[in-house]
Amino acid sequence: MDIRRRFRRIGVFEVCNTLLMLAVCFITLYPMWFVFINSLNAPEQALLGTVNWFPTQFSLASYSVVFNDKSLMHGFYITTMRTVIGTVVHVLFTAIVAYGLSKTNLIGRKIYMKIALITMLFSGGLIPTFILMTKLGLYDNFLVFIIPAMYTFFNMVIFMSFFRTIPESLEESAKVDGASDYGVLFKIVLPNSMAVIATIALFSAVYHWNDYYQGVIYIHSQDKLPLQTMLYKIIAENSMSFMQQQAMAQFGARLPGNSIKFASMMVATLPILLFYPFIQRYLVKGVMIGAIKG
Amino acid sequence: MHQHKTGLMKSFLRQWQLQSMVIPGIVWMFIFCYIPMFWLIIAFMDYSIAKPMLESPFVGLKHFESFLSDDRFWRSIRNTLGMSTIKLVLGFPIPILFALMLNEIRSIRFKRSVQTISYLPHFIAWTIFGGITLNWLGEGGVVNQLMMGLGLQEREILYNSDPKYFWWITYFTDTLKETGWSAIIYIAAIAGIDPGLYEAAELDGANRWQRMWHITVQSIRPTIAILFILAVAGILGSNFEQIFMLKNNMNMKMAESLDLYIYNMGLVSGRHSFSTAVLFVRSIVALGLLFLANYTSKKLTGDGIF
Repeated sequence: MDIRRRFRRIGVFEVCNTLLMLAVCFITLYPMWFVFINSLNAPEQALLGTVNWFPTQFSLASYSVVFNDKSLMHGFYITTMRTVIGTVVHVLFTAIVAYGLSKTNLIGRKIYMKIALITMLFSGGLIPTFILMTKLGLYDNFLVFIIPAMYTFFNMVIFMSFFRTIPESLEESAKVDGASDYGVLFKIVLPNSMAVIATIALFSAVYHWNDYYQGVIYIHSQDKLPLQTMLYKIIAENSMSFMQQQAMAQFGARLPGNSIKFASMMVATLPILLFYPFIQRYLVKGVMIGAIKG
Repeated sequence: MHQHKTGLMKSFLRQWQLQSMVIPGIVWMFIFCYIPMFWLIIAFMDYSIAKPMLESPFVGLKHFESFLSDDRFWRSIRNTLGMSTIKLVLGFPIPILFALMLNEIRSIRFKRSVQTISYLPHFIAWTIFGGITLNWLGEGGVVNQLMMGLGLQEREILYNSDPKYFWWITYFTDTLKETGWSAIIYIAAIAGIDPGLYEAAELDGANRWQRMWHITVQSIRPTIAILFILAVAGILGSNFEQIFMLKNNMNMKMAESLDLYIYNMGLVSGRHSFSTAVLFVRSIVALGLLFLANYTSKKLTGDGIF
């Protein structure tokens, strides 16, 4: 009797909790589903408003507008270049600095660490940084995406603490065989750190892919704008690229607010959505290491 | 003394390879962190970007006086504190509640799937997320359909054009985007609790809620405390990418946070020195808050943040 009552009470709780979790999943996934179906809705239909569940008339017309839009595709190219170069440079540079700092016999280590720590506590902020970029010639320069993002203290600390867990004996034996410090780093340490490299590379890549703000501040010429900055301009400032204007004229739309906008959003998110199932465990791992060290 | 110095020099040169790994990093920090810090002194000048810095005249506290008497500055303080307070009071507990409820799910596979799905929005760019938000809040959007369907409002409201909704929009979108991601740290803390504690409590006749409160919540209290302290320390900050995406001319009255004010004054209106004066005070106060947070954390948990 008692057991049965308890069993039933747990049952009700379990059901409610499961429903709650399903609701969380729905709320999380629905926005992306919304973008997806509206991007597939025919542009003529999209004039009547957005759809909530399924396209009223299936069409890939919006995607063909997006893929034929030279300026958007150039933005896609800039974003891809930025993501690839930015990530490689960030991982290499941060890892090399971290390896040097992970050595306790490094002369000046304490001072170096203090210099690094202070950058965490205090910063010049937006305006001085903007002036610096201008003076360095990085304004309206592709390198503004790469060089200022070469290093972060946080990732350096993650690398450093990971390198410390690699057994000394591995490095020692390579040194006995005559390897230099660079030799040890590239032949022994980095190949043994693939998990942490993957994590940091992914975080860096997601940052580069998603960032629109650097482009808003530092990029002036149209041909250097990353995709996300273009999207910002299309969505928040309602500006249109030339091809879109033509498409608008063709379909008679007043705003790029309909399926073409959703199609460009979809194209900009697709790489993240496609890779997400495979990379998400590395991302979580990264946050865990960070939480423990931080 | 002299000999000691040359000895140091010698061993420094002997590890030139290690040094050549670290020094570029230090140089990078000097250029991209320390030079901007040094450049904060233009807050005390009438700086013009076209001239070398030292040719600009010193003007003392002029810019500080002028922003302190600017109503728009105080408005931006109010907006920042308003948005941060809503996020802190109503937003902070949500990932904890989510982690607690998720922990009660028995099926490991279902739990994992929910967790994986829950942090997907964290990786969606604010351009996309903001685009969805703007669409949903607009004419004929999902929010209007929902509210009218439920009979909560009679006609369409253009939510993003009415300043009074802005703080709540930032709160809801932030919660929607970040709950799952923020919960990771609590979920990990919960995973570290000794299962023996639950068994003992069950033998003592503690029910589900008692176990949740007395074991789970009490065990993750240090984590909660540290994250709360950090959240309070960050009260002057705002989610710039979010606000920048959702702001417009109509809601600027409530949308202009301190950071956006600095951006608008400095980069839109080109008042570099004026903006830097605001930035200077903001950085000092933020640093003070951080030290206060570190001190509080040490007092409470015996462990500092840095």
